[in-house]
Amino acid sequence: MNTRGLRSQLKDSVPVTGLCPQAGPYGVQDSLRRGFSSVKNELLPSHPLELSEKNFQLNQDKMNFNTLRNIQGLHAPLKLQMEYRAARQIQRLPFLPSSNLALDTLRGTDDSIGFQDILNDPVLSEIMGDPHIMTEYKLGVL
Amino acid sequence: MASVSVCQYHSGGFSFENCKRNALLEADINKLGFSSPAARKTGTTICGVVYKDGVVLGADTRATEGMVVADKNCSKIHYISPNIYCCGAGTAADTEMTTQIISSNLELHSLSTGRLPRVTTANRMLKQMLFRYQGYIGAALVLGGVDCNGPHLYSIYPHGSTDKLPYVTMGSGSLAAMAVFEDRYRPNMEEEEAKRLVRDAIAAGIFNDLGSGSNIDLCVITKGNVDYLRPHDMANKKGVREDKVYGRPVTGSYRYKHGTTGVLTKAVTPLNLEVVEESVQTMDTS
Repeated sequence: MNTRGLRSQLKDSVPVTGLCPQAGPYGVQDSLRRGFSSVKNELLPSHPLELSEKNFQLNQDKMNFNTLRNIQGLHAPLKLQMEYRAARQIQRLPFLPSSNLALDTLRGTDDSIGFQDILNDPVLSEIMGDPHIMTEYKLGVL
Repeated sequence: MASVSVCQYHSGGFSFENCKRNALLEADINKLGFSSPAARKTGTTICGVVYKDGVVLGADTRATEGMVVADKNCSKIHYISPNIYCCGAGTAADTEMTTQIISSNLELHSLSTGRLPRVTTANRMLKQMLFRYQGYIGAALVLGGVDCNGPHLYSIYPHGSTDKLPYVTMGSGSLAAMAVFEDRYRPNMEEEEAKRLVRDAIAAGIFNDLGSGSNIDLCVITKGNVDYLRPHDMANKKGVREDKVYGRPVTGSYRYKHGTTGVLTKAVTPLNLEVVEESVQTMDTS
């Protein structure tokens, strides 16, 4: 599963999200909501694996879609991505944990276990996000 | 329940939040001259050999934490599936969790396919997981089992490379064990000969390597049958104290033996007492 389609990956680059300056609505660092910024925090990851782990599922999906496109043509990943989009919309309220069961079934990860199910399981977390702030962020009002 | 002002729900898995803080703490501690606590390793001798009917896996039983023995009798042969077992060297927690995750995945997979899992499936799952974490998961494994295609033996390194061989050794005592294998291995051995060979290889690791010690565990896997021999051989038995000499306890007894002091004279005077009064007092047990 992981060894095919590596050549097709050369064309797509992985977005380095999460490390760029967290711009607020006015394009400046949003100190109130994201905390203080420092150049070191933004340029360097705190651990070599941090970036690759954050984007792991994204990269897997990209690789699989590329291979599918090469084998079956453009329609196959397009159809699948439409289904993924529909499944991703089935969520509970923003501050509550959602099971993402439909998305897992589509991806085929519903019968596999990894570290994301054992360590730091969000269902078992002892703190919850502030409901007002999370809903406002989701609605784009924040 | 406390609430934090975050904007998005966090996902599970490894959290790298404290890495920068840990690096700073480590630098501070080193400046003061101390060292941070070491993870528990199983500096180890593990090995496996393919013989006529199946696979024999062997391991020692010592777990070290820096320069101290943390566990004198730990079990390094982990269960993956009824026909597949895996020995683990390296960081003890990493090998334990990795083999448990792969065992769960293999069980789900075999329930989904309806067949007995194959050793090469376990190998591929382990190799892909270890490569994903680029060697930060310190687990060096010897994977062996018997499936529909016969007996198989793989060695898996922490960075994700694997080798399929008839005999493999891993761990800090691997060179000592490999020397024994290279001398005495031949293809299609009998079961007793294979068990003796693995036992001798692990014993070589135990006696010549500081990181390995205590007992020898063996696991013999054949088609349809698994013999988990723990302990197969107690190579290092702690000394047994002489408990009783001439029927009297030697340790912890401060009584002198009869005849220590010579007896010069002996005079016995009986005291004739008569009972005057007998009374019973009940104890207050409330």
